[in-house]
Amino acid sequence: MMNWFSGRKRSADSAKERLQLVLIHDRTDMSPAELTSLKDELIQVISRHVEIDVDAVQIDLEHDGRSQRLVADIPLRSMTRRRAG
Amino acid sequence: MTAQVITISSGKGGVGKTTTVANIAVALASDGAKVVCIDGDIGLRNLDVVMGLENRIVYDIVDVIEGRCKLRQAMIRDKHLSELYLIPAAQTRDKNSVSPSDMNRLCDELRPDVDFILIDSPAGIERGFRNAIAPADRVLVVTNPEVSAVRDADRVVGILEAEEKRQTALIINRLNPALVKQHDMLSAEDVLDLLGIRLIGIVPEDEGVIVGSNRGVPVAQDGKSRAGQAFRNIAKRIRGEDVAFMDLDKQSGLWNRIQKMAGRK
Repeated sequence: MMNWFSGRKRSADSAKERLQLVLIHDRTDMSPAELTSLKDELIQVISRHVEIDVDAVQIDLEHDGRSQRLVADIPLRSMTRRRAG
Repeated sequence: MTAQVITISSGKGGVGKTTTVANIAVALASDGAKVVCIDGDIGLRNLDVVMGLENRIVYDIVDVIEGRCKLRQAMIRDKHLSELYLIPAAQTRDKNSVSPSDMNRLCDELRPDVDFILIDSPAGIERGFRNAIAPADRVLVVTNPEVSAVRDADRVVGILEAEEKRQTALIINRLNPALVKQHDMLSAEDVLDLLGIRLIGIVPEDEGVIVGSNRGVPVAQDGKSRAGQAFRNIAKRIRGEDVAFMDLDKQSGLWNRIQKMAGRK
């Protein structure tokens, strides 16, 4: 929700967004930097077996109630595109 | 009788743990339950002043544990409610004077004679907190709708999960409905969504709480106070009653704001 006058996001919304991130990292004891290095290693390992769209890879920590999960979205490069290229 | 042991905890200091203990105790005892409060904050005791019993202390919890007095001698009876007692913390000792097994033994001795044992946990997640949760059948985590309090509450909830304390519930204290309405305070729904545990009470911000602690008379004894009502509702839920959550918007309605602007409130 935006403030009519300042055009800024209301502070409660910032509080919630910031807490969502902080709590996930607190609970998993994994920093954003560690998550990035995990992502890089995953890309390396998977690339050895199948060709992936490296720039579109997304690795996120998500929460559902009190349980955390690591969600990876790893698009594969299509064979037709490779042939065309 | 077999008492239920309820520990009130929070992680962060200053969110209203001691006030919560005093008020839930008063509400339970007013309904006829026999209640013993234990101040678990060795070295920084405060439950005695919030309950208005600071002048009656002779023995404290460390005296009981170290055998200088009998348990009965350290139980101070409340001024208003004859079935409400306080076991004060020691003021000149440190937290290592008490161990989790001391707390278990103390509560086991009390259990047959009372309905509820309420333990006021110190802030933090170290020894004093471990002592306070050791005998708990149920833990109530107090938080404020504010980033640092919610973050610390989440740490406590995580530790309680690891300790397999299954009965954990949340009290959101000092909620300001007007600020929530203008989206400048986390709502109860936001806090619940973030922490993912069961809710047992929402206590609105209320000047009466400060007035009550000034006088040493917990606000739950004041029939007109909104916070007092919220604490009485929590006590009922502890006893298993199904009580609807209060409509907190009532106090922040337009008429109220007009009265405030006109200086009438």
